[in-house]
Amino acid sequence: MSYRLPSGGRIDRSRSLQFKFDGRSYRGFQGDTLASALLANGVQLVGRSFKYHRPRGILSAGSEEPNALVELRSGARREPNTRATTVELYDGLEAASQNRWPSLRFDLLSLTAPLSPFMGAGFYYKTFMWPAAFWEKLYEPLIRRAAGLGCAAGLPDPDHYEKAFLYSDVLVIGAGPAGLAAALAAGRSGARVVLCDESFEFGGRLLSERREIDGAPADAWLAAVKAELASMPEVRLMPRTTVFGVYDGGTYGALERVADHLPEPPPHQPRQRYWQIIAKRAVLASGAIERPIVFGGNDRPGVMLAGAVRTYINRFGVVPGRQCVVVTTGDDGWRTAYDLQSAGANVAIVDARKSVGPALLAKADKAGIRVLLGAQAKAVHGRMLVAGLDVVLESGATEYLPCDLVAMSNGWNPAIHLTTHLGGKPAWDAARFAFLPPQALPPGLSVVGAASGEYGLARGLEQGGAAGASAAQDCGFDAVPLPQMRAEDDGRDASPVWMPVTSKKAFVDFQNDVTASDVQLAHREGFCAVEHLKRYTTLGMATDQGKTSNVAGHAMMAALCGVDIARAGTTVFRPPYTPVAIGALAGHHRGKDFRPYRLTPSHDFAREQGAVFVETGLWLRAQYFPQAGDRDWLDAVVREVNAVRSSVGVCDVSTLGKIDIQGADAAEFLNRVYINGWTNLAVGKARYGLMLREDGFVMDDGTTARLGETHFVMTTTTANAVRVMQHLEFCHQVLWPSLDVRMVSVTEQWAQYSIAGPRARDVLRGVVDPQYDLSNEAFPYLASGAVTVGGGIAARLFRISFSGELAYELAVPASYGNAAIRAIMEAGKPYGIRPYGTEALGVMRIEKGHVAGNELNGQTTARDLGLGKMMSGKKDYIGRVMAARPALLDTSRPRFVGFRPVNTADRLRAGSHFVSAGKPATAENDEGFMTSVAYSPTLQHWVGLGLLRNGPERVGEVIRCVDPLRGEAMDVEVCSPVFVDPKEERLRV
Amino acid sequence: MRIPCPYCGERDRREFTVLGDADPVRPNGMDADAGAMFEYVYPRTNAAGPAREFWYHGSGCHAWLVVERDTRTHAINKVISARQAALSREQGGA
Repeated sequence: MSYRLPSGGRIDRSRSLQFKFDGRSYRGFQGDTLASALLANGVQLVGRSFKYHRPRGILSAGSEEPNALVELRSGARREPNTRATTVELYDGLEAASQNRWPSLRFDLLSLTAPLSPFMGAGFYYKTFMWPAAFWEKLYEPLIRRAAGLGCAAGLPDPDHYEKAFLYSDVLVIGAGPAGLAAALAAGRSGARVVLCDESFEFGGRLLSERREIDGAPADAWLAAVKAELASMPEVRLMPRTTVFGVYDGGTYGALERVADHLPEPPPHQPRQRYWQIIAKRAVLASGAIERPIVFGGNDRPGVMLAGAVRTYINRFGVVPGRQCVVVTTGDDGWRTAYDLQSAGANVAIVDARKSVGPALLAKADKAGIRVLLGAQAKAVHGRMLVAGLDVVLESGATEYLPCDLVAMSNGWNPAIHLTTHLGGKPAWDAARFAFLPPQALPPGLSVVGAASGEYGLARGLEQGGAAGASAAQDCGFDAVPLPQMRAEDDGRDASPVWMPVTSKKAFVDFQNDVTASDVQLAHREGFCAVEHLKRYTTLGMATDQGKTSNVAGHAMMAALCGVDIARAGTTVFRPPYTPVAIGALAGHHRGKDFRPYRLTPSHDFAREQGAVFVETGLWLRAQYFPQAGDRDWLDAVVREVNAVRSSVGVCDVSTLGKIDIQGADAAEFLNRVYINGWTNLAVGKARYGLMLREDGFVMDDGTTARLGETHFVMTTTTANAVRVMQHLEFCHQVLWPSLDVRMVSVTEQWAQYSIAGPRARDVLRGVVDPQYDLSNEAFPYLASGAVTVGGGIAARLFRISFSGELAYELAVPASYGNAAIRAIMEAGKPYGIRPYGTEALGVMRIEKGHVAGNELNGQTTARDLGLGKMMSGKKDYIGRVMAARPALLDTSRPRFVGFRPVNTADRLRAGSHFVSAGKPATAENDEGFMTSVAYSPTLQHWVGLGLLRNGPERVGEVIRCVDPLRGEAMDVEVCSPVFVDPKEERLRV
Repeated sequence: MRIPCPYCGERDRREFTVLGDADPVRPNGMDADAGAMFEYVYPRTNAAGPAREFWYHGSGCHAWLVVERDTRTHAINKVISARQAALSREQGGA
């Protein structure tokens, strides 16, 4: 049975579309929503409610819909809780009802309905209290099964999403009559205008009504305005785009549904695009949302908002009922009655007001509409569909009106949501019975039309045109308001009725199943403040954020408390206006693209060598190079360490932070940021430096080389590169602005390789151009300087060592990195050179007792690390004063030492804690912890570094090392942190 | 939040890093005592209202800025180069 009118509406009847709901096939037209197409096919029952599993139909025709939530699409593209009223119909669409089992008509969980008197507000809190242990195992899974909405696909989303920025002069939110007028006035001035509307067609309420502008059907005006806007090069029209949030600095979050109206996104198109729109001025023309009336069974399929009924008739050519009752508290409902009557339905009007204007009555009389004044809806008959309505007449008698559609109107709420996103409090307007935008609007935002409480069409057009012109003027454009337009002003004011005249279930919040009696219960139990009411009853806490329910609930509570609603107050709205998919917020940042990653110039070489990579910060670094036959990673690490200690290896150290520092005061600058002195460092030399934070704790370390009298290049740890750069900039710009020094990060400009091992010089000889003398005398330990490689390519050479072996770091311009490491490998072939990764690097630094990230943990001082003697007493430097605090000088602080297992077969564990021999392993006996451990291929047992109370004074002592997490404990001997070559005989050869 | 960088123009706040209170002045030199340094390093007023803060334009020009803003509304009143501010203070104080 079709409910489609033979003609009319904005659908394209030449394009018939097939779709499926709960497995059954139906047809609709291009231009339908899923809701309008279902109604056209006589499908009213579309879902089950959240808590009571009550049959639910379609309440509204927009994004405020609390009832008609469906699962859209199937498989990996299945989207739960999609509002049928906003889904654009496409050929082949599949949707299913949700929260029912086994079927929508016969839902077993609706059998809880007889229990519902016991399931009021606070039900969960009161019932599932005892025993506590049952909550997680029994109650919560049960509740989660029973209550709830649709199911997510549970599969990776096959589509992709985009993020984008948009800059504009004037952003207009909402393309109803007021928004269109604003966009037109601003657009004509040449300003950059963005016009967004959540629907797929511009026009707003004009699409839902039969109106005239300047004596002609509003359609003509709409078409002309749309054409003019489309012709303006600086105007961007964005249908299917919801502006969902207002943020600081004129930033607006918007979601563009690029391909939601298609079965699948076209190739290379995202499904949705998350826009951050930065607008100098914005005009909010978001319209208003109609309020339901609270009466018994007002949630039954077939009870709809009166304005939505007009939308279905006028926009979609669908009459959702044949025998209709319009229940209203204002003039606006009467328009629905007229439109229903014109569409061929039988209509009666039930108006709570005892008297109305004569024009209304005359028109109803002429149309043959039955009018009941001073009457109120009491309760609906029918379960799966409305069968009739009990009405309490002015006399107090009850009359039964058979019907299949109840259209209700209790006045309108301006859609002020966005105006409160920055914390503004809505203002109650007693004359309009509605909350209006706050006095303090987000900067740059103005509100026009129904959103401002001005419901009249002529007034909205005038306001919109003026606001658009004024916004453009504020941006420096020569704009003029639109010429005045003639239109009938449609009063939408109402004398709303909040209290139901029944004890039957009368719903306030449809999506969260909050009834009038829940609000009354909350009142009796003292949860009267609106924020308490909200949390106790869950009023307004569903995904619709109470768009149709909040004001009714708050007004009801105000009445119960005997206070004015202005005093009862309202909750504020937060973004997003309508739900936004996490996928859209994430955009391309998913999976391995969650963060950007950085590759070194010779990444390809490492990959070819089969490297296993590890993330250090954003960098991917070669961790080790496995070979066939390795039992585990340790085999590879041992092989790499042995290669370096016995012959030679090469390691990519390009990720170290590199900062080029130049200027007459460069040395003085280094003096002030490092604890040690720099003025006496000779050109052509490098030195280890340690820097503190101003609070006296160690910040970072590294080697800095003097390339010229006024030219240094600093290295930082990989992890701290960005932080150190920022710190140095701060020191220069803020603390010592007069110093003649400039700096720039050159981390990405230079690829750097550590060539380490007894044969390092021999390898280097084959890489560095022959005119450079690399002998120990000419280029001793800690020498640095410019060289050329490969026949004239500028490079830098530093004789520094992390491994303790004879070692060099060779820096080449980044674009030569990949070639350089291949040249080094080639030159090293006769010596069996091996590339080594960060694991082998770490093992060798532990063997040598060098501190690294595990020791520079933000809680250690230079003295703790045994580097106190580096602290110059002759100059000021960052952290000098604070590092001298008595507590930091206390030698009983945990200090840096080495550890070897007494039983050399024992494996040491980083993170294990130390207690003195014979003491129980309790927190009060804790004397420090192991920071770094490694299996030493050189010593052939595990070695460790750590921080121990009075550590350096306890060398030789045997203590307990406990790891409560693994349940391990062992004896370790405190020793020097330098395990290999303590006399540095291998370093300076 | 958007910050008008004096060198780059108005930019999204994600280009910047905040350090905090821009009012404490470091006691430079060898005669700085622990008390003055303590005042510089630790106590902060954490005002609800107008505040002067250091911001670093790390994804832009690398300038340190002094941003005057209201911590309640995020409204930015004034943004100046921290180096210029420090230079004027040096000249004024010297």
